[in-house]
Amino acid sequence: MSNASRDTETCAMEDAGAVAPAPGLEMQNPIMPYLRQERIPHIWCPGCGIGTTVNCFIRGLEESGLDLNKVAIVSGIGCTGRVAGYMNLDSFHTTHGRPIPFATGLKLANPELKVVVYSGDGDLFAIGGNHFFHAARRNMDIMVVCVNNHTYGMTGGQVAPTTPLGATVSTMPFGNFEDSFNLPFVADACGAVYVARWTVYHVKQLARAMKEGLAKKGFVFIEALAPCPTLYSRRNKLGDGVDQLKYFKEKSVIRHGANTKDVGLSFQGEIVVGKFVDRERPTWLDAMNEHFAAHFGDQYQPYGVHHG
Amino acid sequence: MRTEVCKGCSYCLDFCPSKCIEFSKDFNAKGYHYPVLVRPEDCSGCDLCGLYCPDFAIFGVRLKDLEKRIQARHAEAKAA
Repeated sequence: MSNASRDTETCAMEDAGAVAPAPGLEMQNPIMPYLRQERIPHIWCPGCGIGTTVNCFIRGLEESGLDLNKVAIVSGIGCTGRVAGYMNLDSFHTTHGRPIPFATGLKLANPELKVVVYSGDGDLFAIGGNHFFHAARRNMDIMVVCVNNHTYGMTGGQVAPTTPLGATVSTMPFGNFEDSFNLPFVADACGAVYVARWTVYHVKQLARAMKEGLAKKGFVFIEALAPCPTLYSRRNKLGDGVDQLKYFKEKSVIRHGANTKDVGLSFQGEIVVGKFVDRERPTWLDAMNEHFAAHFGDQYQPYGVHHG
Repeated sequence: MRTEVCKGCSYCLDFCPSKCIEFSKDFNAKGYHYPVLVRPEDCSGCDLCGLYCPDFAIFGVRLKDLEKRIQARHAEAKAA
């Protein structure tokens, strides 16, 4: 946070017209120290929900009280992959689909770090699908935030493994006929210890989920549904970002602890949101330490025990 | 509010619980209408606009917190 105080773009309250401007009233947005100011404004389209998820992540991070020097954020490629570049944390922008292997290495090399993978649905589940399954199976101690906008936003709106049946995208001009992934079910089946889904409409809940996820030890998976107004919504004639948010508001049902089998998404259908899984399993490091300690006894020096 | 980074997505307008924000008639440098606080007396400072804003442009603050901050700043100035 060395550059937290530099570049403070202050704004006077007279802009908002709320209170008569007085000396000392200039202040900056409380989330600004968490962002790399020189990179703002970002490249996301008007009405894109990724910025809102970042906002929620920052609130969660703020409330979690973690030492920011010990938080690292890793992204892949794509619209959501740019988050690592905008966050004022130790960050890395990996090759396509590989944020989880990188994060795994980062965590094992320095178990003190809290490693967050922040990427999109295509990056995590299409190109990097295999890595997700195995990190969840091993219960690697990382937090994965998947911003799901049902399409490949950066490359022109191609069909993704999360595109719902019947949705029109650039490579499925007559509607998608492929079944889509049910991401919480995949994460649950692979062994994630915390699985939640929220939409960009549920900002408070999403921020709370981020906070819980940061505090949780083990493989945490949070899916955030976000609108893609430029490609997905426009091709499907769903209006702009706000119209998608209104759809999220109308059609979402909060069902904590729901069976993840039943939370699949359909085109403009009901969205089940909530915290689906919250359980305990030994992390990969814990399991390794336990196993070798049992095998070698006192000869074995546990690795990264104080931090998990 | 940092008008220059606003992209006019209208999240803050539509989800403001007290409906005290509206679009301005002016444009910012990029040609978007940015939000303005038209009914400041209704604004509770809940900062939901700040939580929704995807462009990190707008934010709300409760007057109580603001007063606290001003007092703290005065105290700092005195100490210096």
